[in-house]
Amino acid sequence: MTIMTDTPASAPASPPKMSVRNLDFHYGKFHALKDINLDIPGNQVTAFIGPSGCGKSTLLRAFNRMFELYPDQRATGEILLDGENLLTSKQDVALIRARIGMVFQKPTPFPMSIFDNIAFGVKLFEKLSQVDLEERVEWALKKAALWDEVKEKLFQGGASLSGGQQQRLCIARCIAIRPELLLFDEPCSALDPISTARIEELIAELKKDYTVVIVTHNMQQAARVSDYTAYMYLGDLVEFGETEQMFFKPNRRETEDYITGRFG
Amino acid sequence: MNGPARPDPKLRAAFFARRKWMNRVALALSLVAMIFGVFWLMWILWETLWLGFGGLSLTLFTQSTPPPNDAGGLANALFGSFMMVALATLVGAPIGVLSGVYLAEYHPRGWLAVTVRFVNDLLLSAPSIVIGLFVYAVIVIRFRQFSGWAGAAALSLIVIPVVIRTTENMLALIPSSLREAAYALGAPKWKVIVHVTLNAARAGVVTGILLAVARISGETAPLLFTALNNQFWTSGLSGPTANLPVTIFQFAMSPYENWQQLAWVGVFLITLAVLGLNILARLLSRHK
Repeated sequence: MTIMTDTPASAPASPPKMSVRNLDFHYGKFHALKDINLDIPGNQVTAFIGPSGCGKSTLLRAFNRMFELYPDQRATGEILLDGENLLTSKQDVALIRARIGMVFQKPTPFPMSIFDNIAFGVKLFEKLSQVDLEERVEWALKKAALWDEVKEKLFQGGASLSGGQQQRLCIARCIAIRPELLLFDEPCSALDPISTARIEELIAELKKDYTVVIVTHNMQQAARVSDYTAYMYLGDLVEFGETEQMFFKPNRRETEDYITGRFG
Repeated sequence: MNGPARPDPKLRAAFFARRKWMNRVALALSLVAMIFGVFWLMWILWETLWLGFGGLSLTLFTQSTPPPNDAGGLANALFGSFMMVALATLVGAPIGVLSGVYLAEYHPRGWLAVTVRFVNDLLLSAPSIVIGLFVYAVIVIRFRQFSGWAGAAALSLIVIPVVIRTTENMLALIPSSLREAAYALGAPKWKVIVHVTLNAARAGVVTGILLAVARISGETAPLLFTALNNQFWTSGLSGPTANLPVTIFQFAMSPYENWQQLAWVGVFLITLAVLGLNILARLLSRHK
């Protein structure tokens, strides 16, 4: 099977929230992303699918410059958020991360109470009165569909919650800062089917107010939650388009092979 | 395809029986080793309790060390030991925790971290008498005076490497996903460390400090050349300072019966304190 590296990505109709131009990514000498170009539409859910090691998580971690924590990783090219190149931005990376929230594969409650888990992030960027802070925490927990389960025990440790609840706590923590873009890195891979369904419902709900990007191993999940889907393979963006079209009549043979399970 | 032949059931049973027998031998040997170790430990504890318990009284805490063949207590030694241990911990624990944070969170593989880690390992295994002599040369000789300050300095040099090591190890156990989650919110590095990683490792770090306190409460060698000892009550640390370990050393070696009795009581008190600290450390690391 041959893959052309300069596959043009089809441009979605709605205006892009984020645009990626000629993005290359290296782990030391390993070339993990090769000349990626795509536009992520605003207020839509975009899913990245592809076999393990294809670079979809790497791409996600480039969007909020997470890779900068590790000195041997580097990205070149452009990642434009509302037209501003994040990779060369003079802005402090913390301010960029305040605009781009991220939810990880495993739930990561901080070692503090449920309330403080959410207040921690809010207090990084805003000086709120206690009343406003409480209001914000309640709003975020309601938005993440967790409020009814935790309102009686806000001051218990975050780690005392179940896995699915912890993941919704992480989502609440993320949206409490009021970012514009939400990145989900396989958010359901550690969860049971019921918790997964709740998170998926939540993602559908969140796109009214946020642009959502989700990396997933689960193709059914991509089909269920996303409006646009990108298929990646070995560091290349093979095909990108509306989810329906990607799943029912993909333009490229490789995409079809992966989606129908003949490969991958 | 049939694959390898299934072994004859009898052979298999014989092989299994041999393994089971080996298992019993290994179990018996480790039990013997365990009993051998615990036997001496119990004997030490029993002897300490037996000989120390008889001398317990309130005057221990109200009177200073007596002259030979006279009544007295250990008040000055207890107070001096407490002051020096407290001071050494107050100085050594923050230095140790901050250094451990640097090693684990800042440049764990940089040349400075590698060097510090190597030197720290040396310091950790250095005989405590070497540390005593070092402080003697650097502080006692310079000020021409044995002092409690010098004693506390020597003890803090023992605290620092222990705390550095445990802090670094405890922080290294925190999964990087937790750090990443905090950075992803836009938190600055120091907040990630203070509120998230160090907070998550809190029980382990405090345990390390408690174990360091337990260790220095019984150290004698570093105090011999630094704080020396003092027969009398002193409230400051600027002169020779009474302390429990050196008092025990001196009294136990003496021919006077009342001194020997006080030495046993001192041993009893130290053992009790160390036992208490260890139990506290255990409890803390369990309640995570």
